[in-house]
Amino acid sequence: MNKFTFVRVDSPDAAIAELDEHYSPKFIAGGTNLLDLMKENVECPDHLIDINHLAFNKIEDSPGGGLRLGALVTNADTAWNQEVEKRYPLLSQAILAGASPQLRNMATNGGNLMQRTRCYYFYDTATPCNKREPGSGCSAIGGYNRILGILGTSEQCIATHPSDMCVALAALGATVNVTGKNGNRIIPFADFHRLPGDRPDLDNTLDAGDIVTSIDLPNEDFTSYYKYLKIRDRASYAFALVSVAAALKMEDGKIKEARLALGGVAHKPWRSNEAEVLLAGNTANKDSFEKAADVILQGAKGYGDNTFKIELAKRAIVRALTEAAGLEEQA
Amino acid sequence: MSLLQKVGVSAENLEPQETGKYIGKPISRVDGRAKVTGNAKYAAEFNVGTGILHGFVISSPIAKGKITAVNIRQALSQKGVLTVFTHLNVPGLAWFDRSYRDQDAPPGGSPFRPLQSDEILFSQQPIALVVAETFELARYAATLVHFEYEVKEELSVGLEQNLDKAKKPEKHRFPVPKPRGDAEKALKESAFTVEEDYYHGYEHHNPMEMFASTVIYGDDDRLTIYDKTQGVLNSQSYIKSVFGLSDDKARVISPFMGGGFGSGLRPQYQLYMAVLASLELKRSVKVVLTRQQMFSFGHRPATLQKIALGASADGKLQAIINKCVSETSTFEEYTENIVNWSGQMYQCDNVLLDHQLVPLDLYTPLDMRAPGGVTGMYALEIAIDELAVKAGIDPLEFRLMNYAEKDQNLDKPFSSKELRECYRQGAERFGWSKRNPQAGATVEGNNLVGWGVATGCWEANQMPSRAKAMLSADGKLTVGCATADIGTGTYTVMTQIAAEVLGVAMEDVLFKLGDSVLPMSPLQGGSWTMATVGSAVKLVCDDMKTKLFKLAKQLENSPFSNIKEEDVIFSDSRIQLKADTQKYLTFSEVLQKSEVNYLETDTTSLPNMLEQNKYSRFTHSAVFVEVKVDKDLGTVHVTRVVDAVAAGRIINTKTARSQILGGVVWGISMALHEDTVMDNNFGRFMNHNLAEYHVPVNADIKDIDVIFVEEHDDIVNPLGVKGLGEIGIVGVAAAVSNAIYHATGKRLRNLPMQLDQLL
Ligand SMILES: Cc1cc2nc3c(=O)[nH]c(=O)nc-3n(C[C@H](O)[C@H](O)[C@H](O)COP(=O)(O)OP(=O)(O)OC[C@H]3O[C@@H](n4cnc5c(N)ncnc54)[C@H](O)[C@@H]3O)c2cc1C
Ligand code: SF4
Repeated sequence: MNKFTFVRVDSPDAAIAELDEHYSPKFIAGGTNLLDLMKENVECPDHLIDINHLAFNKIEDSPGGGLRLGALVTNADTAWNQEVEKRYPLLSQAILAGASPQLRNMATNGGNLMQRTRCYYFYDTATPCNKREPGSGCSAIGGYNRILGILGTSEQCIATHPSDMCVALAALGATVNVTGKNGNRIIPFADFHRLPGDRPDLDNTLDAGDIVTSIDLPNEDFTSYYKYLKIRDRASYAFALVSVAAALKMEDGKIKEARLALGGVAHKPWRSNEAEVLLAGNTANKDSFEKAADVILQGAKGYGDNTFKIELAKRAIVRALTEAAGLEEQA
Repeated sequence: MSLLQKVGVSAENLEPQETGKYIGKPISRVDGRAKVTGNAKYAAEFNVGTGILHGFVISSPIAKGKITAVNIRQALSQKGVLTVFTHLNVPGLAWFDRSYRDQDAPPGGSPFRPLQSDEILFSQQPIALVVAETFELARYAATLVHFEYEVKEELSVGLEQNLDKAKKPEKHRFPVPKPRGDAEKALKESAFTVEEDYYHGYEHHNPMEMFASTVIYGDDDRLTIYDKTQGVLNSQSYIKSVFGLSDDKARVISPFMGGGFGSGLRPQYQLYMAVLASLELKRSVKVVLTRQQMFSFGHRPATLQKIALGASADGKLQAIINKCVSETSTFEEYTENIVNWSGQMYQCDNVLLDHQLVPLDLYTPLDMRAPGGVTGMYALEIAIDELAVKAGIDPLEFRLMNYAEKDQNLDKPFSSKELRECYRQGAERFGWSKRNPQAGATVEGNNLVGWGVATGCWEANQMPSRAKAMLSADGKLTVGCATADIGTGTYTVMTQIAAEVLGVAMEDVLFKLGDSVLPMSPLQGGSWTMATVGSAVKLVCDDMKTKLFKLAKQLENSPFSNIKEEDVIFSDSRIQLKADTQKYLTFSEVLQKSEVNYLETDTTSLPNMLEQNKYSRFTHSAVFVEVKVDKDLGTVHVTRVVDAVAAGRIINTKTARSQILGGVVWGISMALHEDTVMDNNFGRFMNHNLAEYHVPVNADIKDIDVIFVEEHDDIVNPLGVKGLGEIGIVGVAAAVSNAIYHATGKRLRNLPMQLDQLL
């Protein structure tokens, strides 16, 4: 870990002003990801800007009738918030499937969006990694890649975004509110994270120094038929090998509207419009679920150790949709 | 100090009825309060005096090659950085390999010498120590040291990729028995056969506490070293021989250990580094490894066992073949007892065993809880299950049909073996008789339910050990021995034994350990501490009784003047007449009336090898496991475990149960989770942190039921105990695999059994 200076700010303007004064500044919220990366010399900021005292610390109604989650509200407070539990239970389920109670008590919503991949090589400066050091090569391709991506990968990087929360946010069609040097922006969730392509060093579409202020959940009713299914190598406190956020609107055993997103498989939460369209209007049964799974997994590619994820994802999608539709009791 | 030191095999055995006031009771740890309140100090927590320096180790990013250049200028330019030790500036130390060979070093070979050569032998090899005024500064300065390397590209790191290099070890710590009968022929003639490969990969100990050494540089260049170790004397003798120090110049102290599991059986390199820096700088120095660096030394070796079994039409074992290949480093030959169990567990006249080693570009493997046993038994016990299925016999019944009444490897009877009773009591508690013999037939919602059984076995050894005792005029007893408490409860059980034998209250006993000035004991490992140190404590307290009685007899108007020691009892801090318990003297009275401040005694307890060698001495267990396997997703949950253990006398039913619980949890971990992942291109373990190196969390562990089966053993040691540190883990992984087979019809032979093997 390198030497750094530290400042606590209480307004976005002050935070942004700090940026110009330093060579490699970083915001710090809960610190649960950033500090680990600093200890490994993966992140080496010369200046930490503590944003925990910014006013984005509430959960409140959003202008569109939905709910606004402050970027600095903790994952725990979000998951256990009564409005979230009542109106967006899928999100609560997803958050609680992640990390551990201790981590969720520290981790913030903004930090969760911004957390970096858990690719082993990214974490180990002794090995080449295009995400950490552009142009150095990708050690995971041809190396050990059990936990890495099968969809939307590139020859440069096959990393996954490790978040659970974000998979639910993608399914629910959230938007991300951002402020920065160039003013405020609203980013649809699907456009927030990006695919690695030939710039694996970029996880998302934020500009340098942008601050996530809040996340808006649209006013939609996915409160009756939903499931966040997370499959991992131990019962808790492990990142997803594959996760599925499924949410349905149902009428007389038929699917009126479907949302389907996958975690643990790509550089971003993987949502497929095509699969959702295919489900809509269909009877909720294994056959239609399998078809949807085939569509969302189109083009999936295994890299050896992680090839099993293709079959696993298919089965997980069927299971999650089955449980979401209420055809089976939730496990 | 008494001049005449008593050396002996211990006066007599502990009587069965001596399951008295303390022995055999569920007594809470005497150090429990200190531990949960943070008063128990660990090696890195000794901040004696001010001005202690901090060393940070730099680990090699490459696995093989040479260091061609080092630049420490930038690091040294930081204010507060004192120096950087590398192979270029380390002083000349001991010359011969034997000086570096500690008590747990493999026989032969050349132990690794940190910072003494430009050669890189394994990834994460320590290549420099940065010493600074604070830990943070040392860690930062470490990023400013620049190395250049000449990388050797051809690496041997994967066991399975290098099987062609397998060869017989020159010296096996556990010689493989010669073949008996003709196993290959018997196999051919068998009605049922199983021939399969069983593999498990690298595993690391990962105790919660990182390896750490705090070296206090004292007057006259005396070093007081707080070290994380399972043997203070091992650390001390290593330091003495490597740095050429005399006994009184290096004292090693280790009162508590945040988990050992074998990782502290050899001095780890932070000790060497801290002592080196302290001697060179003449300052106190602390070196603590990082979690990543906890993957830079010994590990459980990757192992491949090729097992072939044959049974007759009526289910009698006819042939056992186990040909095993495991890994070692390029500089030492690490061997463990993997295959011998295959020749010992079951009655079989045709056995062929073989064990070869493949040298890899890794650090030497290291004993890890039930080393070899847990490996050999997992493969054998799956194979036995497979054979039982083929023969159409219930797997428990099959084991009973082939029960070994004597140890055919050694051609000796067992000193005691209540394994049959373990099977019976375990089966009854588990409900084995209700098992549906059909695999894949029990369904609960999306889950397939399976039941499996396996046998566990571990050695019951006793080693020589010394102990000393001091009884003071206020009636307090202090007993000391240089052993360790690695979390097992040594403090507590030794206090119990001393209190019981001398007849004092536990509150009046202080047991001291983990200090090289205390009397000799062997390393704390091998499940022998209870037997070894326990016997020494018993002996020293027996000797104290004799001394005390002698003193009492000499008193004026002594009630015991014409009495023999056999005719009194020691109880409630009194010597009292057996015939008339109202006639007594308290211990304090004896000392005070004799005008003696304290009584001291120092004894050496030796195992009765003459007698013990006539027998084969082992602990046994039967493990029953229930699993639920998701039929589509392959996720496995161990929902129920019953472990029935026959381990001789149980001194403390609470700490004993904890040992078995911990062992079973680790067995589940080995079965389903633990796996250090190797990148074959870089020769580097990649998941070197506890987020990615998985051990079970609470949600993975459900019901565990421990049964201690009564077992009487007069041979193993005077206490009749067998040790419990390792038996709990043995057999669990096999039982899980067998249960998965019963649930799904799929046979898994590779550890860990992760869900992708079941898709
Ligand atoms: C052992 C372990 C297990 C875990 N398991 C899971 C899991 O199973 N599932 C899961 O989803 N997560 C898991 N996590 C990740 C955890 O959810 C994230 O670490 C956490 O959400 C990050 O939030 P934070 O506030 O601590 O971020 P920080 O560490 O403070 O920051 C992370 C990054 O985000 C940036 N940042 C923070 N806030 C903002 C903002 N408002 N605007 C712009 N940039 C910002 C920081 O500059 C930094 O680069 C795990 C973490 C650990 C350590
Ligand atoms: S997958 Fe991406 S993060 Fe991992 S090594 Fe390759 S480039 Fe780096």
